[in-house]
Amino acid sequence: MSGKPKLHYFNGRGRMESIRWLLAAAGVEFEECFLETKDDLTKLQKDGSLLFQQVPMVEIDGMKMVQSRAIGNYIAMKYNLYGKDLKERALIDMYVEAVIDLNELLMTHILQPADKKEQHFATIVDKATNRYFPVYEKVLKDHGQDFLVGNQFSRADVQLLETLLMAEECKPDILAKFPLLQSFKARISNIPTIKKFLQPGSQRKPPLQEKDLPKVMKIFH
Amino acid sequence: MSGKPRLTYLNGRGRMEPVRWLLAAHSRLVFSTDGVLMFQQVPLVEIDGMKMVQTRAILSYIAGKYNLYGKDLKERALIDMYVEGITDLMEMILMFPFSPPEAKEKNLDSINDRAINRYFPVFEKVLKQHGQDFLVGNKFSWADVQLIEAILAVEEKIPAVLSGFPQLQAFKIRMSNMPTIKKFLQPGSRRKPPPDERYIETVLKIFKK
Repeated sequence: MSGKPKLHYFNGRGRMESIRWLLAAAGVEFEECFLETKDDLTKLQKDGSLLFQQVPMVEIDGMKMVQSRAIGNYIAMKYNLYGKDLKERALIDMYVEAVIDLNELLMTHILQPADKKEQHFATIVDKATNRYFPVYEKVLKDHGQDFLVGNQFSRADVQLLETLLMAEECKPDILAKFPLLQSFKARISNIPTIKKFLQPGSQRKPPLQEKDLPKVMKIFH
Repeated sequence: MSGKPRLTYLNGRGRMEPVRWLLAAHSRLVFSTDGVLMFQQVPLVEIDGMKMVQTRAILSYIAGKYNLYGKDLKERALIDMYVEGITDLMEMILMFPFSPPEAKEKNLDSINDRAINRYFPVFEKVLKQHGQDFLVGNKFSWADVQLIEAILAVEEKIPAVLSGFPQLQAFKIRMSNMPTIKKFLQPGSRRKPPPDERYIETVLKIFKK
């Protein structure tokens, strides 16, 4: 056994990507085991590896962890990306939960039927630019620090960067009205572990293409 | 400012109910009910000088503050996994009143299927294997509160749902008899009744875009 965390998921972003980001940000090397077919999933279910019959699943420190939030919490705590006390943790949690909500919207865009895509896109842009981004812009403006919480790099910074980049994939000029988020993006992207993760050849996954959707659906349905 | 946590929400269960359960489970915390909404959404809980939003963030804070979150990282990991699983089941119940009439029977079957085939067997097994009173670390935690809330919510819809789960039946009785929980289960507590027509109308009105 290598001792490195081992990630079980399909070869795509989905609900595992945030975990990849966190591990990479913490400088933790990890292995991946990709589900290619429904049989791969069934096998994991049958051998009792999946507490609730679902992936993501991460083998880490002798546990087979499931539930992406639980996994994220554990990694953040273990690698000191969760603030210095309960109140900083509360702030980080609030920021991360909201980012997860926006991620859900971004992730589900590709699943929209053709006649709903345009409206869904409009919803994404509306929520991102009117509900979520203004909050983080203001947080950065109010304290003038490099990181979102406690003047220290945390999980909130990692998850926000991940989402900013995904939102830009959706609409390249989506950060036009948010100068502080633009500089945040540049700053966090330059942190060595993150910079490495953003380079070609890393374990970061590309966005799901329409043509790959049927294969993924077959694994899970 | 009174110092008591203040909850802002509709007068119904929704996404605030787990927070009410957790605050009540901790004991004599009394809570009262306006504030700035960070992401324009409720639930909102004003607590310890913060205006907290996002249900999970709120619950994590309460659990951490009142020692309902295990003694170390690994116990916390277990509690998180259990809570997240239960939350997935509760989400189905949360959404159920808003499903169209023609989908209601199918949705109820889904809830039943998930409860008895995916979620309850896990907790039945956990309790059987360690033989302890509580899910994690032989100590009352957030996971226990979340599970008893879920069991009661599912039973409201499917009264015989625990019939294949003797450990969970005993768990239910045990939890219901804990003084703080017992008090919360009595009439006149802050616990909210199941959603009714009026609640559904109110939700649709308030949250409609």
